[in-house]
Amino acid sequence: MRVDRLPIAVLRERYVPGRWDVLAFILVVAFFIYCAEAARGLTGSLEHLEATPISLSPWALIGYAARTGLRMLIALGFSLLFTFTYATLAAKSRRAEVLLVPLLDFLQSVPILSFSIVTLFFLQLTPGRVAGAEMAAIFLIFTSQAWNMAFSFYHSLRSIPDEMSEAARNFQFSPWMRFWRLEVPFAMPPLIWNMMMSMSGGWFFVVASEAMSIGNTTLTLPGVGSYIALANDQRNYGAIGWAVVAMFVVILIFDQLLFRPLIASADWFRLEQEAGQTADQSWALTMMRRSRLIGLIGRAFAKMLRAGMKPAGASGPVAAARLPSRWDGPLGDYAWYGALLLIGLLALWRTATFVHGDVPVGEIGRVVLLGFITLVRVAVLIALASLIWVPIGVWVGTRPRVASIVQPVAQFLAAFPTNLFFGFVVSAVVLFHLTPDIWLSPLMILGTQWYILFNVIVGASAISPDLRNAGKNLGLRGWLWWKRLALPAIFPFYVTGAITAAGGSWNASVAAEVVSWGRETVTAHGLGAYIHAATDAADFQRIVLGTVVLSVFVVTVNRIFWRPLYARAERKYRMS
Amino acid sequence: MNAATPLNLAPLLDVQGVNKSFRKPDGDELVVLENVNLTLRPGEIVGLLGRSGSGKSTLLRSIAGLDPPTGGVVSYLGHPVLAPAAGIAMVFQSFALFPWLTVLENVQVGLEALGTPEAEMRARAIKAIDLIGLDGFESAYPRELSGGMRQRVGFARALVVHPNILLMDEPFSALDILTAETLRTDFLELWGEGQLPIKAVLLVTHNIEEAVQMCDRLLIFSTHPGRVVSEIPIDLPHPRHTQDPRFRALIDRVYVEMTARPRGEARPGVKGERFPGTGIGTVLNHVSSTILTGLIETVNEPPYLGKADLPAIAEEQHLEVDDLFPAAEALQLLRFAEVEGGDMRLTEAGSQFARGDIDERKKLFARHLITYVPLAAHIRRVLDERASHTAPKSRFFDELEDYMAEDAAEQTLRTIISWGRYAEVFAYDDNRQAFSLENPV
Repeated sequence: MRVDRLPIAVLRERYVPGRWDVLAFILVVAFFIYCAEAARGLTGSLEHLEATPISLSPWALIGYAARTGLRMLIALGFSLLFTFTYATLAAKSRRAEVLLVPLLDFLQSVPILSFSIVTLFFLQLTPGRVAGAEMAAIFLIFTSQAWNMAFSFYHSLRSIPDEMSEAARNFQFSPWMRFWRLEVPFAMPPLIWNMMMSMSGGWFFVVASEAMSIGNTTLTLPGVGSYIALANDQRNYGAIGWAVVAMFVVILIFDQLLFRPLIASADWFRLEQEAGQTADQSWALTMMRRSRLIGLIGRAFAKMLRAGMKPAGASGPVAAARLPSRWDGPLGDYAWYGALLLIGLLALWRTATFVHGDVPVGEIGRVVLLGFITLVRVAVLIALASLIWVPIGVWVGTRPRVASIVQPVAQFLAAFPTNLFFGFVVSAVVLFHLTPDIWLSPLMILGTQWYILFNVIVGASAISPDLRNAGKNLGLRGWLWWKRLALPAIFPFYVTGAITAAGGSWNASVAAEVVSWGRETVTAHGLGAYIHAATDAADFQRIVLGTVVLSVFVVTVNRIFWRPLYARAERKYRMS
Repeated sequence: MNAATPLNLAPLLDVQGVNKSFRKPDGDELVVLENVNLTLRPGEIVGLLGRSGSGKSTLLRSIAGLDPPTGGVVSYLGHPVLAPAAGIAMVFQSFALFPWLTVLENVQVGLEALGTPEAEMRARAIKAIDLIGLDGFESAYPRELSGGMRQRVGFARALVVHPNILLMDEPFSALDILTAETLRTDFLELWGEGQLPIKAVLLVTHNIEEAVQMCDRLLIFSTHPGRVVSEIPIDLPHPRHTQDPRFRALIDRVYVEMTARPRGEARPGVKGERFPGTGIGTVLNHVSSTILTGLIETVNEPPYLGKADLPAIAEEQHLEVDDLFPAAEALQLLRFAEVEGGDMRLTEAGSQFARGDIDERKKLFARHLITYVPLAAHIRRVLDERASHTAPKSRFFDELEDYMAEDAAEQTLRTIISWGRYAEVFAYDDNRQAFSLENPV
């Protein structure tokens, strides 16, 4: 074959700007200006920040939204970095795995407010500067994004098909090449999905991360979160409305410019495409593919990566195997597990003395009791949400056109911070003399119920046409249709959604059990309220105690309830 | 081309006394490969033929440096192979293409790993794509291609690194019959013309016809443990025609070798697995009752009338070795048929089964199952003795694990459950993972 017959895509072309280039150019320049604008505030001093209060003007919101968006983007970048390192280490090293995976399980259950202990550290790093506060805010957003991404990547690395991994070894990939050529592309589709969920998670806690209050120290960084916090303080419904609009726009921009292109390109990463499924479309991806400018940048980046893929050294006909060292055997294992045990005991002792210094033993019992109250709340809410969303999800899922409309809407709703609803809830509770213990509860599931809906929709749309036709053919109708066909078919998907929703609800309890609107504060009994109060008082001992109890609850419920249920769903209700 | 190959050439690959075993949880060793010797010389295509569980894929992975043997030496050009070597490339059963790379990028990937300069990489990749007949598909993604085209990419990807040895792990078994045939013929043609940048080929297969069509030499493997039981040279000229009487004769010979009773005594330390049907430690290959029934009926009817040539049945029923041999063996175990010298003959019980209606068949099957399959009798006895008439699966699983590997135990139980259900000798509830005597009403 002569070179001139090659398809365009593999030819080295000269740079000639085209139609798509103009659009790409404008967007790239706009992005740089946006970063520069948003970063300008970074170098200022904290006093200056305190001297310029948040404004509730809708116009100020444009700048706030830009800054919040950039913070989330940076946090997402760090989450990705964390994912690539932490999860890779956990998947590759048997010894690291025993520590890192349970640790991730634990971190996932720690509510965002508990991480506020760490914010002081960032403030100390750059005394009197905004940069420290910004780092703290980004760190808090990071804690609401990173864990599920790392889990997803870890699971992908563990499930790479044997033959594909053998092919990589047979062709002598270096570890660097293996990572970029095999592992990252393979893990991409679920990772993108988790990045989207993480973005929603970041929005949900946007108020907590921007309006940080630790004891007497209150830090409000300009952003959508502090705007919402101020609107709540001033009981300004109009401002709340504007905040919703701003969020909607930022989420839409992220969706169009970041996630759509990622999903559309990840489609090419899939092993097989199911019949009848159309590839996702994205104008932004089309732009990137068509624009030669972006093409050139992309190739330069690819070249850089490839430079790292060069083999370590010239190898003879037969590469030498790495000789096992004496630490590879049981001797190394004993040393490693021994060290872990020692460090674990030390940490336990330190934590116990730290908490015990200030907290009477009887309080631990009380905290556990509060945990049970929150547990009941979560259980009831999940049950209620299931009753509502499972039928709706099945109805939507069996109608592809409805599903394509409902899914993005639900995704948007999942990002809604609870704080936006504080006004309505507090007003209602005060006006009708309602019991906070019951009527604050719906706030906990506000953001997380959508995961049940998402998954049920996915499950329902995965019911094969043959199975549905068989149902029709056999005359399954009414309850019988639900019992014999729909519910069993969606069950594994439902369980996945319910696990996510339940875990999220525990986290949301810190933001939903104590609710303020102006000077009015309504409090429910529960572990979330306990942690919230401890954070307000900067009572570190009680933050630690509350967090540990909450984590123990979450992890225990997962182990004894959700995991067996999931295993059963996997075994009984999957075909193959 | 084997005729022109001088036998005194130095071997490319030399496998001496290779053993492979895994340690079971109870400390016993499970032997997968036992004392395998093999040499591969330039210009040869050597076939490793055996049923699943004969360790032939394990041997291929040892040679590829992916999974070093526990004993013995694999040497390539005089160097021991302990890690993947540059001159040994592999073609996989599932193709193992990278779905996120185009055809061109997939083919280039091996060169990329070697640090080949970009211009040379592209030129070589395009040449390989051209050679293997993928012209025009350079920018396609694997999922846009049919199975046959995908495996062509697999071949191009392996050939582009100019390996001395090409390892093929059942490369045609995931393809339909027609596509596989086309791809095999294309490959043999290129090989015969000396167009392939390789010196020798090692092919793992369980398809007897494919083995006879492609190879210059066949090594036949036994199962549990895998050993080379015989070597068959094939000196038919290419192209070989499947209807050629010499071709048929070779196929018959391979069948005879593969149905031969295992030679040699059981070694101490390996319990019970050697003699089929002598204890509960027999590994049962999963064959559904439908296939057993179908096979008995086929052999009973004309033109066979109770005695059939295995190759003939294989061809007529489109059964591969992995389907036919376990089925024949199961019928032998149940004393419904005898298998010897590549033939299968129904016993009196076998013909009676073929004539019976569904109830009679079930009764007969149940009687033979209890009489001749010790594991079935054992399960039934335990269930009869217990007051509850139930027993967890794990109880029998643990027992079987004393004799065999975990997956073999799993498969054996799956088989006995399926047979027991058909014969209505006992029932099994998958949700509770338990055997019982009660049949669902």
